[in-house]
Order: sequence, then structure tokens, then C-alpha cells
Amino acid sequence: MNKVYSGADQAINDIKDGSTLMLGGFGLCGIPENCIAALVKNGVKHLTCISNNAGVDDFGIGLMLQKKQVRKMISSYVGENAEFERQLLSGELEVELIPQGTLATRCMASGYGLPAIFTPAGVGTEVAEGKEVRIFNGKEYLLELAFDADFAIVKAWKGDTMGNLIFKDTARNFNPLMAMAGKITIAEVEELVQPGELDPNQIHTPGIYVHRIFKGTGYEKRIEQRTIRKKS
Amino acid sequence: MALDKFQIAQRIAKELKDGFYVNLGIGIPTLVANYIPEGMNVELQSENGLLGMGPFPFEGEEDADLINAGKQTITTLPGSVFFDSAMSFGMIRSGKVDLTVLGAMEVSDQGDIANWKIPGKMVKGMGGAMDLVASAKNIIVAMMHTNPKGESKLLPSCTLPLTGKRCVKKIVSDLAVMDVTDEGFKLLERAPGVSVEEIISKTAGKLIVEGEIKEMQF
Repeated sequence: MNKVYSGADQAINDIKDGSTLMLGGFGLCGIPENCIAALVKNGVKHLTCISNNAGVDDFGIGLMLQKKQVRKMISSYVGENAEFERQLLSGELEVELIPQGTLATRCMASGYGLPAIFTPAGVGTEVAEGKEVRIFNGKEYLLELAFDADFAIVKAWKGDTMGNLIFKDTARNFNPLMAMAGKITIAEVEELVQPGELDPNQIHTPGIYVHRIFKGTGYEKRIEQRTIRKKS
Repeated sequence: MALDKFQIAQRIAKELKDGFYVNLGIGIPTLVANYIPEGMNVELQSENGLLGMGPFPFEGEEDADLINAGKQTITTLPGSVFFDSAMSFGMIRSGKVDLTVLGAMEVSDQGDIANWKIPGKMVKGMGGAMDLVASAKNIIVAMMHTNPKGESKLLPSCTLPLTGKRCVKKIVSDLAVMDVTDEGFKLLERAPGVSVEEIISKTAGKLIVEGEIKEMQF
């Protein structure tokens, strides 16, 4: 089976209006830049996007928000995006804010074949509204369901043509979890190599989870908060 | 004199112990890292997927793939380790992180905390805060005692949507150090030159004052 695609345009070509997408990354770190650009160009609409953040106004998922391609966002933190906040407060955009660990674990559950998990995050808050509460060892936990996503779109550092993936530094974040959770998983990688070139001990995501892979180009890798110290 | 944010961080650093794994939130909590005592081993956990967070990089050595939970460029240290977000919150939920320091908009005298939403005005999201407060063994809140209008942020009950219930153990504000007990806030220390009366007048929640209240030492 050939998993290798020519590029982002081809890899996202069959994503239809109204699809549910998972998009990897934390802030702008480890986001699938090529696929986001292709989605913006392609113009697909009414998307539900599951992603920890919503980019910034002019980069990442922010580019899709500007073009009003997103119907619903499921995220944990959206503080860096003024356009997001405007669409949210005006009611144009439906938003479900959920705790970051819950988001990660609901992705994980999906990839592990588990329908739901219990977590203490959000007990006693508005996040708990309408959810089943169970007590284990005297402590309250919320029942949270595994995500059901049509596509997971992730960014890895290296991958091979069989779909095995290795992530770099904190660009790993949600990527391996979402890679496991998509009905169809699309991976864009900085380096695409032949089978055998990656050390099997070092692979983070086994290729069985990855359906499409391509070598990305032109990564901007924008930094949100450039913080440095002086050489003394 | 009320403490500035650096002094609040400095006072919180006195709560650190050798061998602690610590998660520092965004804002004042981040500054605590600058005051870890020389020779003390404290491992900083950044919930985006790093244990053993190092200082900011030197100019020209920034790496977009290496950031902390505040999206700042950072570095690693010998022994640092990366992991995915599920494992990151796994170590938080399973109680492996010894201390969490975070900011707050409001805290109640029962230990409830609100720091993620102002209805109709500001929605940034809770990020990892709800996971952290629901699971951390020890939570210290770094905050200003009053808002810019001079109104107390230490309340009988929170008016804003909660981040977590009955979870805050200690508060270090610009005016005081307090424990959160079953009976309410318990005043432990006051900022240098700040009177007990001022702290009482600026604390809307129940405040227990017993015996002589010493000034903070740094």
C-alpha cells in the first residue's frame, strides 16, 4: 500500500465540508503548516477542529478562522487569537473549551480503542455540566468520551514511507496522540526516508496509525514568544 | 510596602524543597524559577511535554520546536526528557508533581479558584489549569490581593466560573502569606511594612489572625 502523497494539496483533497479534524501542535509549535495552508487554499468549510490552540490571528488555525472555515473549535486555550475571541463573543463560532489534559487523554483513548475515560479535571466547574460523575476511592471523576475524528493531521520531524514517525522536542505535544486517533491520519514530515533508515527503538508513532505521509516544504516555524538571555 | 511580582516569586521559592518536581504557571509563577536556591535540585515540569526545563536560550540559539507552556523559547538541561501531552497530564493526575504554582483572578476562603474566564468579556480557556488544580498535592497561588479597582480577590466565594474546588493550599499575595484551612484563610506572614489591619481590610473572605504575625523573610 502506498502511503506517500506528493504534498499537502493531494493529502487533504478529499476532506469534505462539515468534517471533524484533529490538528496537532501546541501554540504554533509542531503545527501541520503545509496542511493548514492547503486547507485554506482549498476553502473547505463548516469544519469542527480539535486542537489545543487556535493559532494566532495570521498563522496556524488563525488563517482558517479568518476565512470562516471553522464552525466549531474544541480547544483548551485560545488566548493568543483576537479574531477567535471576537468570533466567539459574537456567537459566529461555536467553541467547546476543555481542560488540556482531558483533550490529550480523549485523543489517547480514541487511539487506544477505549470509548471513555474518567478524569478529576473540571469537577465542580461548568466543564462538569451534563456529565456523569463517578466516585473512585472517595474522589469525584468526570466521564469524558473518546474523540471521533474523520481526519487527524499531524506534523512530525522524521517519517518513513511506511508511516513511522519521530517527533522533535516539544513539537511532539499532541501530535502522536492525534496520529493514533484519526479515522484517516495525515502526517507531514520535515524528512521523509526509506524503511530501515529510522531506528525502530526511536519511533514514537508506529506506521499502522498513519495512512498518508508527505514531505513538507517551506516551514516557517514561527515563534510566539521569543525569549532570550544575554551572554554574560 | 506591598511586594512586587518579583518579591512574590522570591517568597514562593522558599517553599521549594530539594528533589521537588514543580509545575510553574504563566506570569508570576514563571518567575519563581529565578529564585531556586543554589545547590537545590528542583525539576521544572512544563505541561506541553518537558521535564527538566532550562533557562532561556542565548540570542541566536532559539529553537521554535523547544518552548514552554507559556510558548516561550527555552532550553533543556542534562537529564531533560520530552513526552507527549497525555503522558504529561498523566504525571500530573497521578500525583507525581510535588508542587504547582499558578495565578488566580479570585480565590475563596474554601480554597476554590477562578482563573480562566470572565463571562462576556474574556475567554482564554483553562489550558492545563483544571487538570493541575484537580490533581496536584500542593497548590500555591501567586496573586495580587486586590484588583486594580482595589477590590479584594480573596472572597467568601468566587464570583467567576471556577477552575477547581477546594484545591488551593497556600496563597502568596503582594500583602501576605496565608494558608487555606477548613475554617478559612489563615494569616501566616505579612509583607514588610504592611499592617495586619490593612490585610484584614483587603480580605473579603474569612481571615483567621492568631497571635503575632511576623514580616516575611527573604
